[in-house]
Amino acid sequence: MTYEKEEKRPVIEFSKEISSRLGGETITFCYQCGTCASSCPVAKTTEKFNPREVIKQSLLGERQEILTGEAIWLCCSCYNCQERCPQKVEIADVIYALRNTAIKEGNIPNIYTEFASGLMNEGRIVPISKFLEKKRPEVGLPPLKPAGIDALRKILSATGFDKLWPKKEAS
Amino acid sequence: MTSYALFLGCTIPARQPHYELSARKSLAKLGIELVDLDNMTCCAPPPLQSIDLETSLSIAAYNICLAEEADLNIITLCTGCFESLAMANTLLKEHEKLKERVNKILTSAGKEFKGEKEVRHYLQVLMNDVGLDRLKKSVTKDLGNLKVASFSGCHALRPSHLLKFDDPERPQIFDTLIETLGAKSVWYRNKLKCCGGLLRGYADDVALAIARDKIVNTTKAGADCISTLCPFCFLTLDLGQMLIKSAFHEEYNMPVIHYTELLSLALGIEPKELALDFHKVRLDKMISKIA
Repeated sequence: MTYEKEEKRPVIEFSKEISSRLGGETITFCYQCGTCASSCPVAKTTEKFNPREVIKQSLLGERQEILTGEAIWLCCSCYNCQERCPQKVEIADVIYALRNTAIKEGNIPNIYTEFASGLMNEGRIVPISKFLEKKRPEVGLPPLKPAGIDALRKILSATGFDKLWPKKEAS
Repeated sequence: MTSYALFLGCTIPARQPHYELSARKSLAKLGIELVDLDNMTCCAPPPLQSIDLETSLSIAAYNICLAEEADLNIITLCTGCFESLAMANTLLKEHEKLKERVNKILTSAGKEFKGEKEVRHYLQVLMNDVGLDRLKKSVTKDLGNLKVASFSGCHALRPSHLLKFDDPERPQIFDTLIETLGAKSVWYRNKLKCCGGLLRGYADDVALAIARDKIVNTTKAGADCISTLCPFCFLTLDLGQMLIKSAFHEEYNMPVIHYTELLSLALGIEPKELALDFHKVRLDKMISKIA
């Protein structure tokens, strides 16, 4: 259903940018009811994160504040909010879209660089220690199958993922 | 004998050989064959989805392609892997354009996602392939004195329209499977709430406060143990109790046990065969209640 009026509404560039990204499509459906915030385990624990606020700031076009701030990294991806949203805003996915945008611009928390280098170097985000690999037959486990690192690197290169960490990881 | 391609993931082989061991032993006993395929990679879970969703979907799809080539459905132990793979599988099956976009990327690795296979959580395999009747008949130990606080974690349940696992607000599968073993499943406050595990490494204090809530609530409910499905929840709650001890000066000693371990014990597999030394919180007291 479309309304003529809708076309005349001011469109804020940032929400347009996010809604065109994978995961961000539903951001503009939000009517700020706060069901997300009351379902959020993190919002109950710290004042630094409130999903309703993140969506609001994004809709109002506060691009810098969102992309360089701490809040988007405090979602624990539990999907409780998304499950309950009466407007079907895919909140956890919108936050992925915001994180993806922040990372493209170089705002990368250290832990994510660690995950990415594990992936790029070993094909696993949690690398397996030699100690545990040796221990496998002792406890009665079969040897680990090799990870498909070659295929993975081709995928990472096709999507440009490997270029998000230009020099540091290449050396 | 039903065969599945085992998707092992990263965290289980890297941290929790006891989980893998109990899964292999118990599922074999119930006639489920696990096939280990070459060249699987990371499943592309939330930390990678946070970096780039398109890459993550492509990596998940690549892994599903390997199962398609082997003509097998996938079974997952790790809930994170289940979410990443099942979500990608449903999305790509239901959205032709997204499938085309991902397949374009996959040609670089010589793969094509066809959408011919299913991604199953191992609890679904127990429910559907083994069945409650056969499971009940396979139990040789008496777990009647054991009060179990089930904690399925978030990513077995949500997002429910993509995972199609259980009701996200009133799930029943996990508790049914605990009671089928003869144990009592106990209710506790905030049972469906997240463990906070995904915030570890970015906001450790927030993650620990959320985990502590879970330990406090299960303790108050009088549970003998928490049963988990996800290696990340396990880590957050088991190792987490060591961290809670130093940060809050509180000691709970609440055993945390993967469902496959509980299942193995119920099927009569000896505790000494299950590498239980990898647990931080000792299980002795809990195991002594099994006759």
